[in-house]
Amino acid sequence: MDVEIGSADVAAIVPSLPRGVRLRFDESRGQWFLLGPERVFEPDEIAVEILQRIDGARSIEAIAKELAATFEADAGEITADVAAFLRGLADQRMVDL
Amino acid sequence: MSDVETLVRGMPEQVQPAPPMGVLAELTHRCPLRCPYCSNPLELDKRSSELSTEEWKRLIDEAAALGVLHIYFSGGEPMLRHDIAELVAHANGAGLYTNMITSGVGFQPTMLEAVAEAGLDHIQLSLQGVDAQTCDRVAGYAGASERKHAIAAEIARLGLRLTVNAVVHRENVHQIPDFVRLAETWGAARVEIAHVQYYGWGLVNRAMLMPSRAQVDAAMADVEEARGRTAGRLVIDCVLPDYYARYPKACMGGWGSRLMNVTPSGRALPCHAAETIPGLAFDNVREVSLAEIWYRGAAFNAFRGTDWMQEPCRSCARKELDFGGCRCQAMALADDAAATDPACSLSPLHRQVVALAETDAASGRSEFIYRSYRGV
Repeated sequence: MDVEIGSADVAAIVPSLPRGVRLRFDESRGQWFLLGPERVFEPDEIAVEILQRIDGARSIEAIAKELAATFEADAGEITADVAAFLRGLADQRMVDL
Repeated sequence: MSDVETLVRGMPEQVQPAPPMGVLAELTHRCPLRCPYCSNPLELDKRSSELSTEEWKRLIDEAAALGVLHIYFSGGEPMLRHDIAELVAHANGAGLYTNMITSGVGFQPTMLEAVAEAGLDHIQLSLQGVDAQTCDRVAGYAGASERKHAIAAEIARLGLRLTVNAVVHRENVHQIPDFVRLAETWGAARVEIAHVQYYGWGLVNRAMLMPSRAQVDAAMADVEEARGRTAGRLVIDCVLPDYYARYPKACMGGWGSRLMNVTPSGRALPCHAAETIPGLAFDNVREVSLAEIWYRGAAFNAFRGTDWMQEPCRSCARKELDFGGCRCQAMALADDAAATDPACSLSPLHRQVVALAETDAASGRSEFIYRSYRGV
């Protein structure tokens, strides 16, 4: 589905990881990976914070609020950043929106 | 784990490779299909020599401890192994991302349910042609197309993440737009358009398979058009044909850099075709641990890094981008595995390779030499 970043509807979207996409911590390298078909993403610290909160229940807005509280940042800006990040992953079928 | 740490610590800093990202587990060379470009070697492993369930499970545990992220259950046809669901479950339990690469032929659709329940993350279904006539002819199996359609329906019912894998060549490369449309109707999330690579069976059949340059150009345009049309719905990856290319492919992402290939009887190879290079000794996972093979194995270290390179690779700015191309192709075309891959326009042999491709493409030959256990 097409999502306009910044629109009011975006915040209400509930992202989920589809079957065939896995977020896992690799002990041997000491880092997180987002794994999909022929894909290995190495999410940075913020990306991991976002991805760990994707549970098919929390909305983009709810995730952004938690991050804003954790990192003492503006919730509106974070919502836009989270939406843009997830849009990029959704284009590669790594997240369902 | 401690085994791996000891091995890594024992190596000089500059040659310490990262752990492998993936292991291709060729469970069997048995397959009902007889594709004339099969990536299995000309000399196929017999069923009696295949690793046992327990041996594969031990290998899976070693791979997970080594830092492998993806395991690809392949073949031959992996569904012909009666322990496939057990192995998928074991790999899943070890934390690996599980892929299976299937022809969709030689087993009943209902058998997929056990594999799905075992936690399979991703299934790749091969397709040799969009229409039944092309598909069955290329696969060398009457009724292959019909069976693949039935398997695709079952994959959709089970909700498995699907990639449609279309190997393209002179006879079917014009079907790319239709391959993509069929993949969409099957609910695939990803399509792989893979131009035939000319090793083993593909090399034997090169005259029958090689597309013309015009076909390759049209194929590239078709892929771009399909990517634009399906953006956000379908991921389309393309394995390029390299005889006509300007620069060679970064084969395997670099020798001994990302992937390990384990044959049905347990030989650990840096790539599918590595056994075509004379003088390389391959360890067997029955005798040597995967970590030992990855870090210390002679074959895996033979072309690691850039020290082995000759000119024009040695002084080339791209040497860490494409690693001089493919060692097996250098062997096949230049008779020297350490030479610049002749697919590279900087190779002194490149003109000859382009001429070979053009001659093959115009040969008009169509009599496939199908894969068989008897060899050629």
